[in-house]
Amino acid sequence: MDKEPIIQTIGLGKDYLTAAGPVPALQEISLSIYPGEFVAIMGPSGSGKSTFMNLLGCLDIPSAGEYYLNGTSVRTLDRNQLARLRNDAIGFVFQGFNLLPRINLLANVALPLIYAGVSKAEREERAQQMLDKVGLGKYGLSLPGRISGGQQQRVAIARALVNRPRLILADEPTGNLDTRTSQEIMNLFTQMNREQGITVILVTHEPDIAAYAMRLVRFVDGHLAYDGAVGNDTQGARP
Amino acid sequence: MIGAMLGEAWLAMGTNRLRTFLTMLGMMIGVGAVILILAIGKGAQFMVDQSIAAMGSNLFIVMSGSTTSGGLRMGLGATPTLTIADGQAISELPGIVAVAPNAPGTAQLVYGPNNWSTQVMGTTPSFLEVRDWQLSAGYPFSDSDVRSATRVALLGQTVVKNLFGDEDPVGKTIRIKNNPYHVVGVLAPKGQSLDGRDQDDTVVVPVTTAQRKLFGTQFQGTVRLIMVQASSPQAMPAAERSITELLRQRHRLQEKAESDFMVRNLTALANTAAETARVMSFMLGAIASISLLVGGIGIMNIMLVSVTERTREIGIRLAIGARQRDILLQFLLESIMISIAGCVVGVALGIGGALLMNRLADTAVLITLSSVLLAFMVATAVGVFFGFYPARKAARMEPIEALRYQ
Ligand SMILES: Nc1ncnc2c1ncn2[C@@H]1O[C@H](COP(=O)(O)OP(=O)(O)OP(=O)(O)O)[C@@H](O)[C@H]1O
Ligand SMILES: [Mg+2]
Repeated sequence: MDKEPIIQTIGLGKDYLTAAGPVPALQEISLSIYPGEFVAIMGPSGSGKSTFMNLLGCLDIPSAGEYYLNGTSVRTLDRNQLARLRNDAIGFVFQGFNLLPRINLLANVALPLIYAGVSKAEREERAQQMLDKVGLGKYGLSLPGRISGGQQQRVAIARALVNRPRLILADEPTGNLDTRTSQEIMNLFTQMNREQGITVILVTHEPDIAAYAMRLVRFVDGHLAYDGAVGNDTQGARP
Repeated sequence: MIGAMLGEAWLAMGTNRLRTFLTMLGMMIGVGAVILILAIGKGAQFMVDQSIAAMGSNLFIVMSGSTTSGGLRMGLGATPTLTIADGQAISELPGIVAVAPNAPGTAQLVYGPNNWSTQVMGTTPSFLEVRDWQLSAGYPFSDSDVRSATRVALLGQTVVKNLFGDEDPVGKTIRIKNNPYHVVGVLAPKGQSLDGRDQDDTVVVPVTTAQRKLFGTQFQGTVRLIMVQASSPQAMPAAERSITELLRQRHRLQEKAESDFMVRNLTALANTAAETARVMSFMLGAIASISLLVGGIGIMNIMLVSVTERTREIGIRLAIGARQRDILLQFLLESIMISIAGCVVGVALGIGGALLMNRLADTAVLITLSSVLLAFMVATAVGVFFGFYPARKAARMEPIEALRYQ
């Protein structure tokens, strides 16, 4: 493994401010993830997995601790710089796919490139390449509503990869998919992790899915409960 | 990038066509109304300007009759107090270029089988100079015609049309009140006067002929009014004073006595009319632009709804790297596009309305390029102004909040 972690958190914490006062969703998380790792995050519902992913993805701001992305403390970055990171350093894959319904698949995949200021011709070429890669090259002109959930998630993965980020964050990417389709999606993640060395961090509830990863992180009640190899987790109900 | 955003704005407009159309409706009506009203105002102004130009410049009119405390008592029915000699005296004052006494009346004209009833005006050759009126054919009558009260006449265009049709009237003889008159010339077309009268519906004869042979005034030598042309606009106030002074002297009026004549500055009156037309069209335009305001508020309203509806979309865009200004620009472009699209239709409606009005009514309605450009500028400004707040609201969303929005 490389010396420099792509992600490093030190005492990271997040409180949500509610009417009833601050709710601590995440407390004292310190961990490092290195380039090329494939990490699965598990834990009971409400344990803070999504909260953690949102912090890693610079979508939300921590209440405590430090988060270094590629060695830079995100605390020091302004909104535009964070937007820039989300654009070219991180690719997101969501449980609900989150494609824009009005524009076709090609345009959806090309969207990050618009904000990166890439020319129209190059945008279209690269988006088409990505669609080809996830096996949907022929569907470029379809609208998201016309294709299946598994296909939508593949388009979302193509969109996440189109601006060549070194980090993919996927929050329950197979949560809405059946087992077979889930396997296809996981194969895609494994493939980009192995072939391109892209760091993949994914949240899942299913041990089968977690089994694709090399490293397992388990949250319980906002705390880090386990961090290690997938097989050695004593708290998880491994079959 | 702008290109891609324009494309998306277009798509967004097309997503909810009925709603977009209803939103545009405010702009359409507003712009249409403004364009039409500006056109009507411009048309009115154009007509006024034309009549001013046709009237002759630096003009006074001295009328028989008196001013009373209750207002103006016009010459009609009043005993004529002005004489041709008064006119001559005025013409010798400094700052006066030309003077034309005027004895008008109505008479029946006959030529062959045609007859026509019109205003016959007795005056002197300088009338043409004062009114800045050219002849389109023939020659004017001369001072000697005035001296010897010959039966000669100049015909206005409307009279020519009604008596002669296509025939050339110069050299022909018409009958006015059953007496033969020799047509020596035809007046060039003059159009409508400020008060909407057809100035071409007139016959001009020597003033002495009118007095002695046509209307037979009981006091020989009196005229209804005297037209006076001053040398320049600057000379007018002084000229007005000296005319009043001279006439009071000539009419032997006591210090305290009311004048038995009235001096009116026609040029000032005309300028007031022009100013009134300008102010009217400006005010109507201002009222019409209130509807633009309403249209703008409609756009703002819909954009706010749209921003809320598309919160999740905004979240997705922020998650994949849109900056605040990208979101701002996207929504701003959308509101500008709606506004300008409404404007395009509105301009078309306004022009259509103007053409229709020109067809139906006998008015001049003038669409100017500047009013169309103005409409587009205002529409863009409305789009920016009323789109800014919703767009900023969209741009300021927190990525995570927006993504969570259901
Ligand atoms: N916007 C919010 N406002 C207030 N509390 C929140 C908010 N989002 C999450 N929480 C709370 O923070 C805690 C952690 O939530 P989080 O969504 O991170 O859990 P999770 O591990 O992703 O759960 P799941 O497996 O159900 O997705 C929960 O107690 C949740 O109720
Ligand atoms: Mg979650």
